[in-house]
Amino acid sequence: MSQSYNRGLIEDFGRWREFSAGMWAWVFHKFTGWVLVGYLFTHIAVLSTALQSPDAYTTTIQSLESLLVVRILEVGLLSVAVFHILNGLRLLFVDLGVGLEAQDKSFYASLLLTGAIAVASVPTFLAGVFG
Amino acid sequence: MSTQLPDQTEDESSAGEAEPTSAAQERRMAKKRERAAERDEKRQAEEAEAALADEETYHLKVFRYDPEIEGKKEPRFDDFHVPYHKGMTVLDALMYARDTYDSSLTFRHSCRQAVCGSDAMFVNGRQRLCCKTQLSDLEEPVRIEPLPHAEVVKDLVVDMEHFYDQMEAVEPYFQTNDLPDGELEEQRQSRENREKVKMSTRCIWCGACMSSCNIAAGDNEYLGPAAINKAYRFTMDEREGEDMKQQRLEILEQEHGVWRCQTQFSCTEVCPKDIPLTEHIQELKREAVKNNLKFW
Ligand code: HEM
Ligand code: SF4
Ligand code: FES
Repeated sequence: MSQSYNRGLIEDFGRWREFSAGMWAWVFHKFTGWVLVGYLFTHIAVLSTALQSPDAYTTTIQSLESLLVVRILEVGLLSVAVFHILNGLRLLFVDLGVGLEAQDKSFYASLLLTGAIAVASVPTFLAGVFG
Repeated sequence: MSTQLPDQTEDESSAGEAEPTSAAQERRMAKKRERAAERDEKRQAEEAEAALADEETYHLKVFRYDPEIEGKKEPRFDDFHVPYHKGMTVLDALMYARDTYDSSLTFRHSCRQAVCGSDAMFVNGRQRLCCKTQLSDLEEPVRIEPLPHAEVVKDLVVDMEHFYDQMEAVEPYFQTNDLPDGELEEQRQSRENREKVKMSTRCIWCGACMSSCNIAAGDNEYLGPAAINKAYRFTMDEREGEDMKQQRLEILEQEHGVWRCQTQFSCTEVCPKDIPLTEHIQELKREAVKNNLKFW
């Protein structure tokens, strides 16, 4: 056959709707992992203001924490970390070959628990920001 | 599984083979051909009418592409309305559409009983073996496409060469230098060992797993689930002996071997033979680790 039809990247990406549990778990795990790496840098940047003086650190933290965006981002960070840890444990079990039949259920459980913890954390993270 | 006989229509136009010797003979053959064509036309019209009159029809949306014909080079979807019988599979429906509406509709099939592995396609967003998929399990319209992540040759036919190359790469045949003493001695396998490799022997080389795998799509050199499963079948076969096992693990440990697997489970979900592919790949990963980390 002289010619064939290469469906190309666009059609490949169009297939995200056909993803199943394990594929989503993989996408989310990579995403959350790299968000955590990204956070590590901002974390170090903020912490290192303490090298200038204790006051500089205090004012930086106080000004950051007075912003609503930062409070919301913190809820996001917690969710990302919780999902990464829960799914990370799931992946460790998968690597050990334990409970492979429940791999989809354990993914949904990770999602649900992450959601519950994120919701439960909202009062703590948003406390005082509107005051 | 397909249990229906395809509606076979006797092909009378064997005129091409027999040399027409006389004019009378030629006339007879021409008449015969005419009659056959007439019959064909009538049957097609009848069947199409029956299909329309029939309450129960299934709506197929079928991917079409033909690089060799002007006007068919642009990929498109064709609609077919196929009369439904109880027990009808996607393959039965495709065959009906081809035999009744459009003889140029091209797809691979042979055994119609999930043995030959030639009719894996992308049906309603999932890799399925068409002869093993009941229409009644699907929502309409039934969208039938060639396997994703492979080049389309024509309509529903994809190029399987790369898949076969990966299968061959793991040396998919029994090898051993652990021969029994007597010349006529058999190479016996224990029942337990047979049980261990049982599921992995069921592969029919349909390529559904490879097509479903995101990693294989992004890394053309990745052996893929079917090839690794094939390697599992022999690596775990005790009759091959320690030397062979070592050699097999070396193939599997390579950069594009078992470690590419990211446990997305898509292969395990689509395999029409229910082979626990991810489980086998994970077990080989652990074998590879045990093989290389020897603290004890
Ligand atoms: C208790 C905490 C954690 C657990 C249980 C955990 C678990 C895991 C596991 C099992 C993997 C491998 C996934 C696979 O098999 O493909 C992984 C990947 C990853 N983790 Fe974590 N992790 C944790 C914390 C973190 C933290 C704090 C960071 C960021 C600094 C992080 C960043 C990543 C990244 C970027 C990847 C993806 C690596 C790749 O591309 O393959 N993880 N994690
Ligand atoms: S492992 Fe299953 S899906 Fe993959 S080629 Fe073999 S039979 Fe098909
Ligand atoms: S036709 Fe042989 S497997 Fe479907």
